Amino acid sequence: MTKFTFTEKKDTRSGFGVGLHELGKQNPDVVALCADLTGSLKMDAFKKEFPERFFQVGIAEANMMGLAAGMTIGGKIPFTGTFANFSTGRVYDQIRQSIAYSHKNVKICASHAGLTLGEDGATHQILEDIGMMKMLPGMTVIVPCDYNQTKEATLALGTHVGPAYLRFGRPNWPIFTTGRPFTIGKADKMIDGTDVTIFACGHMVWQAIEAEAMLAAKGISVELINLHTIKPLDVEAVLNSVEKTRCVVTAEEHQINGGLGDSIAHVLARFRPTPMEMVAVNDSFGESGTPTELLKKYGLGPENIVAAVEKVLKRK
Amino acid sequence: MSKQTDLLELKKIASQIRRDIVRMVHACQSGHPGGALGCTEFFVALYFKVLKHNPKFSMDGKGEDLFFLSNGHLSAVWYAALARSGYFDVKELATFRKLNTRLQGHPATHEHLPGVRIASGSLGQGLSAALGAAQSKKLNKDDSFIYVLMGDGELQEGQVWEAAMYAGFNKMDNIIATIDYNGQQIDGPVDKILSLMNLRAKWESFGWTVQEFNGNNLDEVIKALEHAKILAKQGKPVMNLMKTEMGFGVDYMMGSHKWHGVAPNDEELKKALDQLEETIGDY
Repeated sequence: MTKFTFTEKKDTRSGFGVGLHELGKQNPDVVALCADLTGSLKMDAFKKEFPERFFQVGIAEANMMGLAAGMTIGGKIPFTGTFANFSTGRVYDQIRQSIAYSHKNVKICASHAGLTLGEDGATHQILEDIGMMKMLPGMTVIVPCDYNQTKEATLALGTHVGPAYLRFGRPNWPIFTTGRPFTIGKADKMIDGTDVTIFACGHMVWQAIEAEAMLAAKGISVELINLHTIKPLDVEAVLNSVEKTRCVVTAEEHQINGGLGDSIAHVLARFRPTPMEMVAVNDSFGESGTPTELLKKYGLGPENIVAAVEKVLKRK
Repeated sequence: MSKQTDLLELKKIASQIRRDIVRMVHACQSGHPGGALGCTEFFVALYFKVLKHNPKFSMDGKGEDLFFLSNGHLSAVWYAALARSGYFDVKELATFRKLNTRLQGHPATHEHLPGVRIASGSLGQGLSAALGAAQSKKLNKDDSFIYVLMGDGELQEGQVWEAAMYAGFNKMDNIIATIDYNGQQIDGPVDKILSLMNLRAKWESFGWTVQEFNGNNLDEVIKALEHAKILAKQGKPVMNLMKTEMGFGVDYMMGSHKWHGVAPNDEELKKALDQLEETIGDY
């Protein structure tokens, strides 16, 4: 039995765009900055309704991060928008010094993350961003799984205080979290199970839902937890689930190093050593292709999650 | 107080701040005395004359002029100016660069030192932050000014020119930037490392109004900074190319990049203090 279904697909970036527009209506201190990707980031509605609060900075991401940090002085809540690659690696030192170390209330909103960016290829498919951002002291890192959750996460950031990184993407993707509550830092247990826990984030939550149905057909009971907040990690939810299932699979559209799996492994190694398998990109760059082709080639399909579960169960 | 006495009083403060700088750097045997000494007149002019500010510090600084230090290694002169203008007790200058201090080697905010609004040290970032604060002032209908100081070597960082382009294009008429134009950087003279060539023409072509003055003449610095406010009203950002001498006020440190990041020993400290006789009381 499939516990989650969808009737509509939308891109997570559109969830950000709708959320940002809504925040603009709610709070006159919310401002938005964009580095020449207004359409791609779906920031047009905000720009149209609040032109005086929208700042086009051109292709100058380092300056954008500094501007955003400075705007917090005087009480503004800046949301920066560009691709994930240009939101992190390109401007890491600016984020580190002007935003994270200075503890500025800047919301770094990043689209086109991961392989599902597709045809543009590896230059744009950043797979290291979660790792880079979670290493910064005080940085909140959120990777929502669908259009609805990206909208909810954006809205939640409007009242969250402190630097934050919000990671989303380009492809149309099933919408399946409508009506589910979203709280920053609180894991969302989507399916109860007893044999194995799958922790997933971003687009991989849907892959895990498909995997769960395949595993259920084989009589394997999966607990699926959507860990949309990588940092601060909901350690209690992780340990509570593992206490019951005693083995773990993680799934993320990121390098195997530095991402969600890495965070879970840290918790388990310290508090409850547990057999674990990681579904992630195995220390390589991506390439051009369709999102589905790429997820399959790089081992991020539902069938890869199924295989990882079967492997970890044998190690239990 | 007549203008003349006023100037004499400010010169005494400048001498004291120079004493503070060499004593601070000597006490922790680290830091950057050269640039700090070279910019002392600028900080005295700013904090004791030009800036509309409240030492009862608030991060947002509503209704106040705000200052940003982009070349964070000049922290010693900034801390001394802040303490001497009432932001915190001058005794705290003794903790400079020592464990658990609020006076970090490069300025930081998480220790909550009054006067510091953003961390700096990694170069090239301050102008962007200052422009953000300037943009925030405009949104808040606050007509105060934003000041920022940068180093000349720092202008080799690409981000500075992203910010320069943004400010010029957006006619940021509430920003008054200054370059500590001492011609020196760590590895030698700027002209030998990576020349800035025609710096005035560079800023003018980016849409800024440029003025030049001698940064080690206190009277001239005050007049230039006051004039900058008038220039800004012409609707463009203002760039002060401020010629300074690294190490100014301590003869053996003057004019050389050697004292960029070196602390004086006991004997050198005495020699420096002997040259900086005027004092309002050491910390």
